[in-house]
Amino acid sequence: MTGVKFDFDKPTKLIGQPEARLDAKRLLHGRGRFVDDIQLPRMLHAYFIRSPIAHGKIVSINVSRAIDADGVVNVFTGKDLENVVEPYVGVLSHLAGLRSPPQAPVAIDYVKWQGEPVAVVLAHSRAQAEDAAELVEIEYDELPAVVDMEKALDEGCPLIHEGYDSNLAWQRTVDVGDVSNAFSNPENFVVKKKFKFGRHTGVTLEPRTSIAEYDPSDDQLTVWYSGQAPHMMQFIFAKHLGLLEENVRVISQDVGGSFGIKVHTYGDEVAVAAIAKLLGRPIKFTADRYESFMSDIHARDHVVDARMAISASGQIIGLEFDDVTGIGPYSMYPRTSAIEANQVLNLTGAPYVIPNYRATSKVVFQNKNLMCQYRAVGHPIAMAICDCLLEEAAAQIQMDPVEVRRINLMADNSYPRTSASGMKLDELSHQAALNKLIEMMDYNSLRSDQLELRKDGVFRGIGFVSMVEVTNPSPMFYGIGGAPIASQDGATVRLDAGGGIHVSSSVTEQGQGTNAILAQIVADVLGVDLARVKVTTGDTKTTPYGGGTWASRGAGIGGEAALLAANALKEQILDAASVILQAKPADLDIKNGQIVDAKTFVEKLSLSDLARTVYYRGNELPDEAKPELVATRHYRVTDAPFVFTNGAMAAHVEVDIETGFVKVLDFWAVEDCGRVINPLLVDEQIRGGVVQGIGGALYEECLYSDEGQLLNTSLADYLVPMASEMPDIHVAHIETPTKSSVLGAKGAGEAGTGGAPAAVMNAVNDALRHLGATIYQMPMTPERILSALAETKADH
Amino acid sequence: MGQTKKIKVTVNGERIERDVAVRTNLSDFLRNDLGLTGTHVGCEHGVCGACTVRVNGQTVRSCLMLAVQVDDLEVTTVEGLADSGPVSALRAAFLKRNALQCGYCTPGMLASAIEYIEKIGDPDRKKIREHLSGNYCRCTGYQSIVDAICDVIQVGAET
Repeated sequence: MTGVKFDFDKPTKLIGQPEARLDAKRLLHGRGRFVDDIQLPRMLHAYFIRSPIAHGKIVSINVSRAIDADGVVNVFTGKDLENVVEPYVGVLSHLAGLRSPPQAPVAIDYVKWQGEPVAVVLAHSRAQAEDAAELVEIEYDELPAVVDMEKALDEGCPLIHEGYDSNLAWQRTVDVGDVSNAFSNPENFVVKKKFKFGRHTGVTLEPRTSIAEYDPSDDQLTVWYSGQAPHMMQFIFAKHLGLLEENVRVISQDVGGSFGIKVHTYGDEVAVAAIAKLLGRPIKFTADRYESFMSDIHARDHVVDARMAISASGQIIGLEFDDVTGIGPYSMYPRTSAIEANQVLNLTGAPYVIPNYRATSKVVFQNKNLMCQYRAVGHPIAMAICDCLLEEAAAQIQMDPVEVRRINLMADNSYPRTSASGMKLDELSHQAALNKLIEMMDYNSLRSDQLELRKDGVFRGIGFVSMVEVTNPSPMFYGIGGAPIASQDGATVRLDAGGGIHVSSSVTEQGQGTNAILAQIVADVLGVDLARVKVTTGDTKTTPYGGGTWASRGAGIGGEAALLAANALKEQILDAASVILQAKPADLDIKNGQIVDAKTFVEKLSLSDLARTVYYRGNELPDEAKPELVATRHYRVTDAPFVFTNGAMAAHVEVDIETGFVKVLDFWAVEDCGRVINPLLVDEQIRGGVVQGIGGALYEECLYSDEGQLLNTSLADYLVPMASEMPDIHVAHIETPTKSSVLGAKGAGEAGTGGAPAAVMNAVNDALRHLGATIYQMPMTPERILSALAETKADH
Repeated sequence: MGQTKKIKVTVNGERIERDVAVRTNLSDFLRNDLGLTGTHVGCEHGVCGACTVRVNGQTVRSCLMLAVQVDDLEVTTVEGLADSGPVSALRAAFLKRNALQCGYCTPGMLASAIEYIEKIGDPDRKKIREHLSGNYCRCTGYQSIVDAICDVIQVGAET
């Protein structure tokens, strides 16, 4: 909080209104500018040859025939780049004990996952580079691959990294209260389940792509990149290519979806920058879909043995679990691949009062593609562990799943408090959210219909989740551990001569509407028409310094910085106006682009006239007046490590017990993301998040063979949710603004993805449980559902 | 580059003659040779629908068609969609409903939506969803896209 007072209820308010995203018009006319749309003079195209095996030694690489091929300019191997790029290591000091060996952008001597870059062909067209790649001869000595993460720590399992005593990357245990007593007390009921969460990936519709251009005359590297964190990448390119940070410019304009996939350091993108530096000409790399599946980070991949103790009256007495998660052969740089496991430990059970809690997570190396932070990091696992055990426990004691939540949810008036794992929680509204959800979905009718339909052999289920989402992280998330990731962001707001406003911000836009809400906030503060506010984001050369967009922080942190900067500009404008109009600043205000009398709203001077006076006719001002019409403010969260949001969601599904198919009939989400800046944008963010969550729950999985071969590498084989499979998703809000900022906005981008999988799993089990079957593996494919049903038949 | 062939094609109303490599697909031809980058490439498999354009009024996946196959035909990309009538209404409805986020699927989505409005025109949400099932959107929940198409059909029916 900064002491800035702000009226969110004024008649002319824009914050909170469902304003259309004006900058979306470009995209509707096909005038977006995505990285692959850019063609630069003398630009070459890079094609990466990737390892066809999961683990092996590179015996030899012969590039001579490829270099002679049509259109080819050069071919580089990992060794060719060894002296150009400093290897990177994905560890952070606050994740004590996390280890990962140095990683080179293109493999040197060993390959450790299928899809790892081994060589790169540079040619005048992508097609020529691909043709020539077939002429590169690479010989490998195949080594045994560690694929199954549950066996990665077994005695005698092959070791992936030389010098490491095991395939363990990191482990952490949280132990609070007296868990063993909770489970040994005979008065408590205990439910125990083994959860499996498959690997899936983000499938951004625009694949990863970048263009790097190097000007040796002034040692300047410019990278156009489809990503979320330009300043982080500026640091990384500078550090690993031996450049000064100020000599690296990273530009991120239109981005065709990111979801956390595009916030990491990828070898192919670093190699492209290194080669641009070596060759002194622009290099473009655009992944095709096959490469995307093999090289975009994968996510989830957990096996969790979990149990919950509950009293006969429905109180959670204890929760305990052991989690294993496979991260591929390296911890991803620079965010690390341990944050997901850490989130699972921190967030599981966070909505509920749980006196006894013990959880361990082991993060293991394996010979698969790297696993790292994807939308709703750790949340789907954390929410499913607790909420699916809770509904299972409720079923055991024959209690309604809503009732059991009412007994255990933290009371809305009980904050601030801490979660079972010790997370500081404040300003949450689980009870209000659940109440609103129940009202919205007409729960009692659904239940009675469910029983009626069962008589006709129609099996429907209703499942819930009460959830939290981590947003607006403070420096405690990454910066504290040494990562080059800013938790603060800045905005510069400027009045131009024509009366228009320009905003420049360090948060970035990937379609979620960041630019639109920044404009909305600034227009609201300054009393100007929304169309007169123009926004620049995604350019290290022209925006303030900041972290970009991740962890649902664009609105909460970027929005607050914009509000503070606009407020400061407003003071500057009124100061200048007071000189011109010979009035007191306090007696003036801005409305509809005009300086007005604060009480009567009589128009005195347009913003344009004011700006033109200041910029062109300074002679009309007294010499001592030194007006500024541009203000910059930065913001970071200081009073908590994170800001938490909460939500309650419900899924209504129908399971065809003959085919195993699950149809999601309806979905409801009540979300408390604090102050809603634009409900039109927030609602569709939540819906999109829910759809990705449903994808993870029912369809999406990166399937590997026992040899570590990724089996589904096209969109024909990897299923993402399509329009016909998805239900209408009903969204409502509770608004509990966070007191940590003036704006009061928390994040909203990941809630749906974090919560929906647990709700869908609960709904499927609600449909199956009376048949004696349950399923605790995602995705819940038809085959797995039929297997669960078959096991019950075998039991009887 | 292999064999090339001269083609004559009308793209967005403009008559174009080009020598193209026979293996070049239509999406690469539009994007790389003509600079019409509104046509996006998401899978190169004909699955995601991002590259959907109209050829002689029919929607096609431009990644599955070769450039030489449009010889003597008319191609319309998102850049050439008339900004009037149902197209204009559809764009306005997409904006009003927030039926796009990153915009990568949008050109293909518009092409499929226009086809639906022209040829089927039934405001039944289920039918609209089925029709859009060849166009992946990874950002929205599809709902706003269905809403936008419904809006255009319903307003069209009232006027």
